[in-house]
Amino acid sequence: MKFLCVGCDKQMTFEERQLPGDGTLAATFKCPKCGRVVAMLTNPMETQLVSSLGVEIGGRTVPEQPFETVRKMVATGRDDAFTESTSPNGAPSWSPDAQERLARVPNFVRGMVKRIYADYAKERGIAEITPAVMDTARAELGLEGM
Amino acid sequence: MSPIRTYHELTDADRSGLPEQIGAQRKRVAQRLAGVGRVIAVMSGKGGVGKSYVTAHLARALARSKQAVGVLDADLNGPTIPRLLEIDHAPLPTSPNGIEPARGADGVRCISMGMLIEDGAPLAFKGPTAESFVWRGAMEAAALRELLGDVAWGTLDVLLLDLPPGMQRYVELCDILGAPPAVLTVTIPTPESRDAVRRAMRAAVDRGSRLLGIIENMTGQGFDGSAGDDLAREFAVPVLARIPWHPTPDTWDGLGARV
Repeated sequence: MKFLCVGCDKQMTFEERQLPGDGTLAATFKCPKCGRVVAMLTNPMETQLVSSLGVEIGGRTVPEQPFETVRKMVATGRDDAFTESTSPNGAPSWSPDAQERLARVPNFVRGMVKRIYADYAKERGIAEITPAVMDTARAELGLEGM
Repeated sequence: MSPIRTYHELTDADRSGLPEQIGAQRKRVAQRLAGVGRVIAVMSGKGGVGKSYVTAHLARALARSKQAVGVLDADLNGPTIPRLLEIDHAPLPTSPNGIEPARGADGVRCISMGMLIEDGAPLAFKGPTAESFVWRGAMEAAALRELLGDVAWGTLDVLLLDLPPGMQRYVELCDILGAPPAVLTVTIPTPESRDAVRRAMRAAVDRGSRLLGIIENMTGQGFDGSAGDDLAREFAVPVLARIPWHPTPDTWDGLGARV
């Protein structure tokens, strides 16, 4: 989908995405000429349809992970479906609080989530992942629901 | 009111880049399958004719003939390939490069939704339950795309795709692959099976798939009819094998030599 500022006849550009957690999605678009901002609001079914395509409105913030859609969206995934490769040297450590938080993520998706946070920290030279680092990563990368 | 420009007339770069994201997904599948010699869909318009059984034993026969073989169980809702390939569950090794396939009988590599979901549980997705038919098909297609593109198959001579009954998965497969796969058709001898399989074969021809031939399963007793010969004549393809109720390894090896 695209948005057109009819008055200016200009294609509006993506500004921001929000996932409030109730299955809905809000994305804002801005006219580059007059500055008018509009919000696209989708209901849970429409949000789900976008998710099922494996695409991210606003663009990808992290590379697509193996089985990303399956691991995020399957409700009946088995706990022991995957085993993650061992972390390479230089991987950041996890504080006890961060480990506890990570442990609350279902096994089926935990390995993928752990890797995303670890890559985030490594790219930024962060030696230890704490809950605060996880919050920052979630906000920066748009990892709602992780 | 003056005419509003259409979707295709708006060509400015967009940060979402949804078409580019879709393009990247397709490229990922293409790159992953670049090391696969042949992709063959095993299909039938009819349920219960033994597609998975034939697929598993054909894969084993090909592997015994020193070919590197993979099986992708595309029956997401009723996966049976792991059992047929005698695969005991073990966690699948995962890395940023992809998911390692399991190894089954005779060294056949395999991926199946049956390895990913809880024993005895249906394939269920998170999401709104009302009108789930709107998005469920798209979700299953996404899962199929990931089974194709995210498994580190390595170099394969043959990748067999075991499709569920009906045509939907075949159509999704054509879209994901970007080109129609070669097709092996399985039927039983009955006229009911022939009529259903005919529709599937017609759809495959319309999509541009090359029909490799027909495998007539469960022959010899119980089922009357000549579906294999009828379809072979109609579509000008060979009957590659007639599989009796109690086939021997020679039966499968003979089929493997003809595929």
